[in-house]
Amino acid sequence: MTDAPAPSTPDPASVDRELRELADKQAALGEMRGAPAADPVNAPMIRHWQDALGDANPAYLDQGVAPPAMIQVWTMQGLRQHAAKDRSPVDDTLAALNAHGYTGVVATNCEQTYHRYVRLGERLTPSTRFTSLVGPKRTALGEGYFATWNVTWYGEADEPVAEMMFRILKFRPRTSQGPSSAAPPSETAGSEAAKPQETGRREPYPLRPAVNADTAFFWEGVQQGELRIQRCADCGELRHPPGPVCPACRSTNRTHTVASGHGTVYSYVVHHHPPVPGRETPFVVAVVELPEGVRIVGNIVDCPTDAVSIGMSLRVTYRALDDELVLPMWAPGES
Amino acid sequence: MLKSRAAIAGIGATEFSKRSGRSELRLAAEAVFAALDDAGVAPGDVDGMVTFTQDTNQEIAVAREIGAGELTYFSRVEYGGGAACGTVAQAAMAVATGVATTVVCYRAFNERSGRRFGQPDARLGGQPTSQGLEMSWHVPFGLMTPAGWVAMFAQRYMHTYGATSEDFGRVAVAMRRHASTNPAAWFHGRPITLAEHQESKWIVEPLHLLDCCQESDGAVALVVTTTERARDLRRSPAVITAAAQGSGAGQMMMTSYYRDDMSGLPEMGVVGRRLWEMSGLTPQDIQTAILYDHFTPFVLAQLEELGFCGRGEAPGYLQDGGIELGGRLPVNPNGGQLGEAYIHGMNGIAEAVRQLRGTSANQVSGVRNVLVTAGTGVPTSGLILSAG
Repeated sequence: MTDAPAPSTPDPASVDRELRELADKQAALGEMRGAPAADPVNAPMIRHWQDALGDANPAYLDQGVAPPAMIQVWTMQGLRQHAAKDRSPVDDTLAALNAHGYTGVVATNCEQTYHRYVRLGERLTPSTRFTSLVGPKRTALGEGYFATWNVTWYGEADEPVAEMMFRILKFRPRTSQGPSSAAPPSETAGSEAAKPQETGRREPYPLRPAVNADTAFFWEGVQQGELRIQRCADCGELRHPPGPVCPACRSTNRTHTVASGHGTVYSYVVHHHPPVPGRETPFVVAVVELPEGVRIVGNIVDCPTDAVSIGMSLRVTYRALDDELVLPMWAPGES
Repeated sequence: MLKSRAAIAGIGATEFSKRSGRSELRLAAEAVFAALDDAGVAPGDVDGMVTFTQDTNQEIAVAREIGAGELTYFSRVEYGGGAACGTVAQAAMAVATGVATTVVCYRAFNERSGRRFGQPDARLGGQPTSQGLEMSWHVPFGLMTPAGWVAMFAQRYMHTYGATSEDFGRVAVAMRRHASTNPAAWFHGRPITLAEHQESKWIVEPLHLLDCCQESDGAVALVVTTTERARDLRRSPAVITAAAQGSGAGQMMMTSYYRDDMSGLPEMGVVGRRLWEMSGLTPQDIQTAILYDHFTPFVLAQLEELGFCGRGEAPGYLQDGGIELGGRLPVNPNGGQLGEAYIHGMNGIAEAVRQLRGTSANQVSGVRNVLVTAGTGVPTSGLILSAG
């Protein structure tokens, strides 16, 4: 091939393959026992933890047990002593992600299950199993991979006392100069959104969607850089906006498909007056028709307002409006 | 069958202003008194009350203020201005079935000096009710004003039929011409030209400022009773020849962007078919129409949905003063909501009654039947009123 990339920049497909192979290998290792806790479950640590979190409940120390939510504390390694002596099957994957530029990290999920209280004097042992690596995903933070692992803590009789599913997003932070070849979406919605502050949190964006059990999958998808369309798990009917029941077959079994991210302008408006909270005028809102067969409303960005027209091709992009809310938006793109 | 069983026997209103200086409940009471006096009915005769779900004055509160006694019928109609003719439809059903004998329909608000519907309200998408969730597909993107919601339809209508902003502007010009000779209208004595419409600032493209109706403080009330009884009262009755409510498939509140077509108003099509069926009339039998005009583009879509012209033909229908006094179908001789006042469509019903009585400031000659519609872009309603 004549257009092979230079050796110094491996193509994304080969990076992806390398990461997947490594992840598969790590997952195949199964559960790997770690080093036992350096200290037994103890009162001073419980006292400090309760104080730091403002948990004044005396019942734990009165009864000689630890707050369940402390479970990670007992086997947490120190900042400077994370030595090679206690490797977990997660380390190699994270190291490979770092090596390929996915240096950003943000925890996205943590689900803990407690089988019983742990008692003062017990010494726990963690055991870690690498579960999955999913990606690359375009997210509001940048392109990245979701890595998931499970930890089980065992008591001295080798019985499980607690379990945890933990997921992080390892992402490629955007550089301020020069778009990368992957052209990741920019972090902010530019003039449309609340400006990031120099330090600290961004102003909360005031126009927030109501979310309930019928619509949460959509907004969770947006957070992960996916445009999800409800699909009936029985008859396959696609539907947007979503709802609890399939109008075609009455099924309440719902799943979703991830849209291709392409669309065309079906109609649009340019908002000038009156002022809208959280927005700078003028801004464009469009009804976007998706090739999957549904329509969705969103903003058109990265395009002069007078260049928008019905039938114009669009590509979805994701914009963080504040520290929590991500909205799908649309930029000019190839059909 | 509801046809001609009930009639509007009285109409009443406050002045139309930008700052009434009075509570909404007081406005309601004033309008109801005016309507009862117009009909020659005592407050003690009122046994039913109907209003909009959006009205802040409960039926029992208005009943207390006017000194009504026992009520046997009270209800509210949903979906903003789409409720207007629906209040009369429900009152007509109540008197036709004997549930009540004398029903007052009312709408009272300080929409300009109090809560303004045209202002963005960040709470619109806030609650996980069915309506809050519906709004949540639009509000986060800043699509949260009535002008914005309508503009989305208008853009598609222009694209589909080659209509222009001037076509919308001709509606505004007609309404302001009518208002200019109606002393009760806010824009009395202030007509506009098409050039002024075109020069007015953008609100939400493709809508200019002068495509949007004004905001008003005021109240309107109507008295509905049986046609038989109405004939014995002070005024000649406006007989309710037909009344209908309508919602389309895939209906939403102002944002029905997800059904097949976005260039029409299917819910108004439902209402229109029902009105023609119930009345046995055709568009040729209508001498003047009251078409809900919160934004100009939907007047065009209504002319098409109701069968006054074919799909996409409204721009031509409007040419040469087609909907102005003296035109092929004078629309909103009072000046409509663009010119007279925005009382959520209820002032239009009062104008229809005046046209049948022959007492309008802008009287159309030989009026036998008037078609009236309610809010557009929402589940809506309509009436055909006839001289009785």
